[in-house]
Amino acid sequence: MSPLSERIQEYLPLLLTGLWRTVAVSLLALFLATALGLLWAMMRTSRNIWLERPARYIVEFLRGIPILVVLFYIYFVMPDMGIDLTAFQAGIIGLGLIYSCYIGETFRGGIEAVDRGQVEAAKSIGMRHGKMMRRIILPQAVRISLPPYGNNMVMLLKDSSQVSVISVAELTMQGKMLASSTFDNMTVFTMVAALYLCLTIPLNIVMRRVELKMGRSR
Amino acid sequence: MIRFENIHKSYGHHEVLKGIDAEVEKGQVVCLIGASGSGKSTLLRCVNGLEDYQSGGIFVDEQKVDAHARSIHDIRTRVAMVFQRFNLFPHMTALENVMEGPVQVLRENKDEVRVRAEEHLRRVGLADKMDFYPSALSGGQQQRVAIARALAMRPEAILLDEPTSALDPEMVGEVLTVLRDLAEEHMTMLIVTHEIQFAREVANNVFFLDSGRIAEQGTAEEVLTRPQNERTQEFLRRVSHLM
Repeated sequence: MSPLSERIQEYLPLLLTGLWRTVAVSLLALFLATALGLLWAMMRTSRNIWLERPARYIVEFLRGIPILVVLFYIYFVMPDMGIDLTAFQAGIIGLGLIYSCYIGETFRGGIEAVDRGQVEAAKSIGMRHGKMMRRIILPQAVRISLPPYGNNMVMLLKDSSQVSVISVAELTMQGKMLASSTFDNMTVFTMVAALYLCLTIPLNIVMRRVELKMGRSR
Repeated sequence: MIRFENIHKSYGHHEVLKGIDAEVEKGQVVCLIGASGSGKSTLLRCVNGLEDYQSGGIFVDEQKVDAHARSIHDIRTRVAMVFQRFNLFPHMTALENVMEGPVQVLRENKDEVRVRAEEHLRRVGLADKMDFYPSALSGGQQQRVAIARALAMRPEAILLDEPTSALDPEMVGEVLTVLRDLAEEHMTMLIVTHEIQFAREVANNVFFLDSGRIAEQGTAEEVLTRPQNERTQEFLRRVSHLM
């Protein structure tokens, strides 16, 4: 076997393309999950049962299915219904849908944790529901939700490795292929783990900074 | 200005308001007193629709208050409210709190509102605290911001729900001073309070509530100094120990 440093140099480009794809899948899925999660949270905290009920059922339904099954379903079953998706697209949608439930519950917790007095104060100056949510409740709910939202982000990033099962060549997939062709499991998977940490550790640090900053301004 | 006609309200089987008839005239200060649980806060909160009532009618300038109708938003812009626990918006500075209603709800010009809001904050003695967030203010200062926030709506009347009850004793005075000033300018105010001395001083009329009914009403002098009703006498005896 060639020296370690040479092997690392040899493996790195392949792993970096995987890393890049991991970042792309995660970011796009996070975007989808956040937008949908906000929608679920708004619906679930609505007093209208025609909004509250569907959101509750969707969230409970999706949370009750393993990510892998959701991914298989989107990638393999949807084409039968005439919806053709690339593995990359299916991965983003599957991951985004599942995480929209977690993030939605996080936001819902935040909205419900805002002091009732805030609703009364907003109402008593004549605010209507929509404006009250936008101007008064959500800004406070976001602050409250930020720490658990950060956790969701890190978990999503790690769970993006699951999309390898539908042949998205992200970091874990690249590692697996590289390991099976070189049999250098130790080096490859150590590098894979290290590359994930290169993403998650800075993410944790950034989240901590943001929390501190937001905590200070209130 | 504000008229109550035979108001009944219950939570399930528990009737909290059992037929309230009363009137607050324009420019009057009316204090609502009574033991906790007598329904005075509930009655106040019915005026701007934070609570609904089952029968009877509350009228603000002849417009009936219905907590579930669209008109409630309009009534709320005309009748402001100050809460026991201030309820300032924590993510906004004092100035932003005061500007929020006129700018966002009344859609008034931001620059003009700013000038007026600064004026209101100066008036309540907070000229140097305008850019502070509520968390950096004392309870008394927060409550004064809340009063400025109410005034900025240029309301026809202000409802105050135990405005000094959540304050440390040394801060009660600064809030009462502001309210005294408003009373002198004939701002219509309906105040739920335990400050009997303050009520005696500023109130034109006092309503004494006892288990969901107005047991006695009249001028401050009549109700607080020469109460006729036994319940009123007993209540005043009890609270006088606190003074």
